[in-house]
Amino acid sequence: MRAAHFCQACGKVQPPAPVDYFTFFGMPRKLNLDVPRLEREFYELSRKLHPDLNARADKREQEWSLEQSSLLNDAYRTLKDPIRRTQYLLGLEGVELEEQSKSATEKARAAGEVKKQIVPPDLLEEVFELNMQLEELRMQKKMGEDDPALIEEVGKQKMELEQKYESLLEELKSHWSAWDKAVDSDDEASLQQARDKMVDLLNRRNYLRNLVRDVSEVLGS
Amino acid sequence: MTTDRIVGIDLGTTNSLVAFMQGEGPVVIPGEDGLNLVPSVVALDENDQGIVGNAARKYLIETPERAVYSIKRLMGRGLEDIQQELKLFPFHLADDLQSGEVLRIRLGERTFTPPEISAFVLRQLKRNAERFFNAPVTKAVITVPAYFNDAQRQATKDAGRIAGLEVLRLVNEPTAASLAYGLDRKKNGVVAVYDLGGGTFDISILKLHDGIFEVIATNGDTHLGGDDIDNLLIAIALDDIRGDMGLDVSRNGEVVATIRKAVIDAKIALSSEPATKLDVELPGGKRYLREITREQFEQLIQPVIDRTAGPCKQALQDAGLKPEQIDEVVLVGGSTRIPKVRALVEEMFRRKPHIDLNPDEVVALGAAVQANILSGGSEATENMLLLDVTPLSLGIEVAGGVTDKIILRNSTIPASATQHYTTQVDGQANVAIHVLQGERELAKDCRSLARFDLRGIPPMPAGIPRVEVRFLIDANGILHVSAREQRSGKEAVIQVQPSYGLTDEQVESMILDSFDSAEEDFRQRQVIEARNEAGTILTALEKGKKSPAWGQLTHDEKKKIAKLERALNRVKDEDDYPAIRTAIDDLNQGTMRLAELMMDSAVSSVLKGKTMDQADLGEGPDAPHPVAKAEFD
Repeated sequence: MRAAHFCQACGKVQPPAPVDYFTFFGMPRKLNLDVPRLEREFYELSRKLHPDLNARADKREQEWSLEQSSLLNDAYRTLKDPIRRTQYLLGLEGVELEEQSKSATEKARAAGEVKKQIVPPDLLEEVFELNMQLEELRMQKKMGEDDPALIEEVGKQKMELEQKYESLLEELKSHWSAWDKAVDSDDEASLQQARDKMVDLLNRRNYLRNLVRDVSEVLGS
Repeated sequence: MTTDRIVGIDLGTTNSLVAFMQGEGPVVIPGEDGLNLVPSVVALDENDQGIVGNAARKYLIETPERAVYSIKRLMGRGLEDIQQELKLFPFHLADDLQSGEVLRIRLGERTFTPPEISAFVLRQLKRNAERFFNAPVTKAVITVPAYFNDAQRQATKDAGRIAGLEVLRLVNEPTAASLAYGLDRKKNGVVAVYDLGGGTFDISILKLHDGIFEVIATNGDTHLGGDDIDNLLIAIALDDIRGDMGLDVSRNGEVVATIRKAVIDAKIALSSEPATKLDVELPGGKRYLREITREQFEQLIQPVIDRTAGPCKQALQDAGLKPEQIDEVVLVGGSTRIPKVRALVEEMFRRKPHIDLNPDEVVALGAAVQANILSGGSEATENMLLLDVTPLSLGIEVAGGVTDKIILRNSTIPASATQHYTTQVDGQANVAIHVLQGERELAKDCRSLARFDLRGIPPMPAGIPRVEVRFLIDANGILHVSAREQRSGKEAVIQVQPSYGLTDEQVESMILDSFDSAEEDFRQRQVIEARNEAGTILTALEKGKKSPAWGQLTHDEKKKIAKLERALNRVKDEDDYPAIRTAIDDLNQGTMRLAELMMDSAVSSVLKGKTMDQADLGEGPDAPHPVAKAEFD
């Protein structure tokens, strides 16, 4: 059910209640979310909560309208995107997915090191090879040399990585139903299994994204 | 009621306009000179009075050191940001300007910050609107380039306050334009707005959905526009003059200003003519003459207009759309009159752009629509709602000088993000936070918005405090920060040091018409204008008494007019506006027949082939009775 955004008696905007994004929209906490309905709810709530439509209300109500509509926009942005939605829901379940990887990246950067991320085992060999090639390209660039064959080879690998990256989304989605079902049936073991799979996929996705960015940096400049 | 009237203002680089919603649609309010566009030119006359608009233009040529144009380019910027600008524009900075300080521009003996100069323009627009409504105007919606950053937005808001306007909303220019277009074509679809103005370029992609205007992506360049084209042409002219005539006039402000005017005229002519001539008088009786063909012109400006392609592609990519998925393209800004620009847009989006509305006025019209929505809406704007985005990512500097983005660009606003901080040393009471705006990886490459000091964190061992900082971008695209230490529940104090902005106190001290005195100022102006009107009507009556028509009046009519004339003379020097107004209206009413008789005799003298003294018929459309409204055709 939707949180009480409005006064039951007078219909005016109320201060935001401390609820999760799903509750904010009055939608079930599911990964297979009814996105068209989410969009409808978003537009409908925007028509009531947006500061433009509360510009003549008193100062306190204007403040609430600003708070509520920022929450509405944040919630919509998070839930409509499949990756962010998954990350958010896992976060609600106590998985500190993003923070972990983000702080690890920051620390590594601060120390001037290459990101110390755990390489997914099946990618190990490929990544090792690629990193060698990248290093060689960097060296060549420094020396003002040019190796078109190597550049083409790395470019090809970059495309493959991008495809892999894209395909992870579909793989992630394939675990949504298992998760949603396990929540409904309160099946702790299946829940745990789906969660581990999704965490792994999200980490792998993060890893691939950083890798593609590194390759682009070397190829681009 | 009247005090709640909200106007829409387009504060442009080259021209500014004020508009409001009149019934079904928005209209532009003309200035005293009857023109809709108020050039964004500010000058100080010999008495240090601010002159704005067309009246200020002659100062650009006669006393360039007392005049300034394109001030929008300097809004919200620091000395380091504007080195390029200084090479191309005749901005006279204050001599004692320090790095990191808010810019100050010299006009004659005095100096003004960019918001103060913009406030002169805004105050002129405010006055135009007040004259139009015959009532004070204190609230406005002002448009800004979509790609304006926080500092530039804040500076615009400050300018409004200095001008005595409560700025209810800053609206992005392309979005405003889409509102104006959306009024009469309420349909769903995806629209791209290409806005190339005098100094800024914006591209916005919107989804229209049952009256909701949802911006999906926006991009742009706040230093790209018609000015850049003018500067190219000026550079060529200066080169020619140096090469052919051995004359270096580049430091002669007066001559450069004259050349600038000539190249702008040429640029405009080339939008409709295949060729045009530059003809500039030079010192020493020399003359600079040159023909420019449209082909040469287009070749010359290609690099400038090509710079709009990158932002367009980025916006499409951010929106996740291909050019063929755009249903309509709308052109905004005077520079889109250039045929080559239109060709480029057509090529990029693969369809003919819309040009139904005047590209100079459409932004102001849209601002008026938004003003109407804010004031509660009307039938015309029912169900209309704008959902805009923040053009630039908001980030925080983290260890290693890296930008950690916490609100991504193209997020719908209002938007918020929460970050948690702790201490690194036992008993640490303060935490410094550096807020950045921009897309680059490194903090030094992003725009520094502000440095915040969290103060008053209760003494605790390192790592124990948990300070929650909330960043909120409001519907104007302006950032607000609040913080709370969660373990103690104490509100941490935030000290804001905007990187290039005015403090509240500074703005307060600059306010031209403070809100309290706005009403009073208006009354005084109203009285002065009514007195002038009384003078005009009394003079006209004196003339009327000498005309043959006077003899045709009855004794009673003459007696009544004399009585009304005495009444007006009695009150006209008092401060009582309603009394003066009533006396003017009464005398107008009482002299109606005299006016008609004068008209008849004037018309018959024309028929007899005699010349007619225009002055006897009033002085144009603004002149009041005793001459009744004449319809000559």
